[in-house]
Amino acid sequence: MTPTLAVFKLASCDGCQLTLLDCEDELLALAGEVEISHFLEASSSVTGGPYDLTLVEGSVTTAADAERVRAIRAASRHLVTIGACATAGGIQALRNFADVDAYRRVVYAHPEYIDTLATSTPVSAHVDVDFELRGCPIDKRQLIEVITAFLAGRKPDVPNHSVCFECKRRGTVCVTVAHGTPCLGPVTHAGCGALCPAYQRGCFGCFGPSGSVNLPALIPVLRRDGLDEDAVGRFLHTFNTAAFEEEWAP
Amino acid sequence: MSVTAAPAMIDRAGLDALVAALVAQGRTVIGPTVRDGAIVLAELDSAEALPFGWGVELDAGRYRLARRDDGAAFAHSAGPQSWKNFLHPARERLWSAERTPEGDVSFTAAEPAVPSYAFLGVRPCDLRAIAIQDRVLTGGRHTDSGYAGRRERALLIAVECTEPGATCFCVSTGGGPAADPGYDLALTETDGRFLVRVGSDEGAALLDRVPHRDAGPDAEETARDAVDAARERMGRALPPVDLRTLMGASLAAERWDDVAARCLTCGNCTMVCPTCFCTTTEEVTDLTGDHTERWQRWDSCFDLDFSYLHGGPVRSSPYSRYRQWLTHKLGTWHDQFGTSGCVGCGRCIAWCPAGIDITEEVAALDAERTARGTETD
Repeated sequence: MTPTLAVFKLASCDGCQLTLLDCEDELLALAGEVEISHFLEASSSVTGGPYDLTLVEGSVTTAADAERVRAIRAASRHLVTIGACATAGGIQALRNFADVDAYRRVVYAHPEYIDTLATSTPVSAHVDVDFELRGCPIDKRQLIEVITAFLAGRKPDVPNHSVCFECKRRGTVCVTVAHGTPCLGPVTHAGCGALCPAYQRGCFGCFGPSGSVNLPALIPVLRRDGLDEDAVGRFLHTFNTAAFEEEWAP
Repeated sequence: MSVTAAPAMIDRAGLDALVAALVAQGRTVIGPTVRDGAIVLAELDSAEALPFGWGVELDAGRYRLARRDDGAAFAHSAGPQSWKNFLHPARERLWSAERTPEGDVSFTAAEPAVPSYAFLGVRPCDLRAIAIQDRVLTGGRHTDSGYAGRRERALLIAVECTEPGATCFCVSTGGGPAADPGYDLALTETDGRFLVRVGSDEGAALLDRVPHRDAGPDAEETARDAVDAARERMGRALPPVDLRTLMGASLAAERWDDVAARCLTCGNCTMVCPTCFCTTTEEVTDLTGDHTERWQRWDSCFDLDFSYLHGGPVRSSPYSRYRQWLTHKLGTWHDQFGTSGCVGCGRCIAWCPAGIDITEEVAALDAERTARGTETD
């Protein structure tokens, strides 16, 4: 039997599931190995579960999605969450540190129309997740690797170390040490191939904390490189805001 | 060997001719050049690409290019890479396997084209580092064949150190700014000219293809003076104690807590270290599962997965990982390979984003041991 693949979306921008469509060179081979049962961004033709491999993008921000993700889990043999929203609550988790009612009143003409939870949470806060693939958006080579590993029944080769490993392996000059550029690379999960430093920009942490983070040790480095306390806070409160917040004990 | 040949002298035109001769031989010439705000090691088409007039200002966690008045080509240290990037590359395919529709599996060892490297500008510390990696990767029962092949064909042109950096401490590791044997040619740069000593027949043959003259005793003395002066200008030093004993006596030191609070566990120190050699291997498959490859890639004792055994990582705390790195580098390396693993190049100090200084940490461990000794007396 050809394994079935499903893609679902919660609160998110669609960029991560679009990454699957961006796998242009591999799409035909992929279509030969899996039957795509549910992937609304690619096709309106859907078949019901159970699914052998389900990719979920997006965070849980409504009671309805909390319910839906439980149904998705129940219909999925393997559930992999993809992207910063699904793995860490995404940029919308900024609400976790704010007054959601106040935001609702300021932003919407009819706040009563908005039915939302007070927090944006990762899928893993609601159901068991078999694997979390990081990134904002995810990296397409890593996505193919996760699907390939699933098909082979092996562990994906997705290292948990820092972006610094990737910079050094590709021979990128350290932007912090050589230029004094604030960079979250030392605390950020590898996976992007150290894209930003290769263009002489600091990493802004879109893959979230690495498997071994000592964030308090980076704060004085960021301050040394010119960020004041507010700027440090803003730097850490982007796409993986809730995940970095957990690591930050100033 | 023509190692007894008298030292020669070449000028800038001779340096141009040297690189041109290497290129003409079909060698891949690797040397220092300015890129992205640093003096990196990269392939050189000509001597023109050398960092004439550039030096570096170094401190813990800090590296800046700085203009020099003298136009020197080799007045820099502790760049972001070392020669291991070429001899022991970050990624290397070891083998591949194919599965036929009938289910038969065949394995093929990777046989990459081995480049004929010529390394131009190998500092004496890095020459020692290459000798250490030779022992590690080819000196035991299991030779790293990829490394051995590249190393065998590599031509080494050392350049003695006349401008140590603020993070340099080779003298306190038993080394120094003068080149030890192991080079094919050794250059010493003084006032835009280069004293050349021959270390091998291949080096002698190369020198023959380059316009040169006999150096004479005055030029030799000038070069020797410049190197001797460099010996006195090391920016840092390890404490003058038996480091192997100190490491063994420091396994429960309180200093590890202190450094662990500052250590990002990002792995930069091991990646820039010219002797750190650890690798991991990963299998990759394609979507069909019919094609598999095994790749070797750099790993680091700062990576949690590095010590992952059944049930979890053995060295889960930053404390245990920094301690592992330092005690191996300065202590158990002796037991394993007969020497220290540190050549005092200073890269781990300069390229640590948090500015952790190995000489400062070792000094603190030494002070702590001394204090402990005093208490127990």
